[in-house]
Amino acid sequence: MGQHGHSVAHKHNAHGSLKTYVVGFALSLILTVLSFACVMSGAVPQHLVMPGIVVFCIAQLLVQLAFFLHMSVAPGQRDNLSIGVFTLLIIAIIVVGSLWVMHNMNLYMMHPVTQSMSSSIG
Amino acid sequence: MSTAITANHGVVAHGGAHDHEHHDDGSKTLLGFWIYLMSDCLIFSGLFATFAALGHATAGGPSGKELFDLKYVFGETMLLLISSFTFGLAMLNMHAGQRNKVIAWLFVTFLFGAGFVGMEIHEFHNLIVFEHAGPDRSAFLSAYFGLVGTHGLHVTCGLIWLLAMMHMVGKFGLNDTVQRRLSCLSLFWHFLDLVWICVFSFVYLMGVL
Repeated sequence: MGQHGHSVAHKHNAHGSLKTYVVGFALSLILTVLSFACVMSGAVPQHLVMPGIVVFCIAQLLVQLAFFLHMSVAPGQRDNLSIGVFTLLIIAIIVVGSLWVMHNMNLYMMHPVTQSMSSSIG
Repeated sequence: MSTAITANHGVVAHGGAHDHEHHDDGSKTLLGFWIYLMSDCLIFSGLFATFAALGHATAGGPSGKELFDLKYVFGETMLLLISSFTFGLAMLNMHAGQRNKVIAWLFVTFLFGAGFVGMEIHEFHNLIVFEHAGPDRSAFLSAYFGLVGTHGLHVTCGLIWLLAMMHMVGKFGLNDTVQRRLSCLSLFWHFLDLVWICVFSFVYLMGVL
């Protein structure tokens, strides 16, 4: 019983409970099925498939961060959260920056080369 | 008034200090491990950026649309997702002090994780041997094997760590050190699930469009 009391007292800290894990698992399952269905069912209009995948991906990342990794704005979690947000900024700079640079390079420099390459292979 | 504030502040400070003392060792290790995970995040973001830049550079070879089998990837995803959930159950039992149940759920997690790695090795073997689409075929496939392979290696390391933790829980019980290490492994395992969500969304699902 003492053990039980201990776990209840810490439930709202960083441990989570059976309920949070079950809810997180159920939401993850639903979001996974939805994102695969987006592509595999063929019922989704073409122009909505890509945004659908991105939205379900971000939603599931948030669900797992909240329910499995117990990220929150609670005082004990604030350090983790600020480090996580900073990392997100760095990731955005790396990914968006790389894509931007590579896109411009393809646009202004690589065009004749890719054409000749594909024609020589094809 | 000032004494009331001081007294109040004193109580708060004392409570905080006490709480801190109690969790000191574990919380600092977990924070450090979290910083490691974030740096791992940067490795993956580099690999994702590479894949995004090279994803269409098939050099006349097969594209993702011809190679990827979404039903198979859905199976892999389910295995990893279930393993994340069973690890959560192991952690709940750890906080409840149920030593044997912790080992049992860690073992279940290991089985699902091993199933995932097995499916991935089978997939890679198929691509390289039967489709002749190894990492040397095109820039797209180099980036693909680099990204998905790095994730697979992480999961494999996680499996070895799981075996070590099962042994430690069996030998030493659920003492502070074991609990701290299990908490780190739990973060690691859930983190790998997060990376996989991005992999199946941006590599597989967008790859077949």
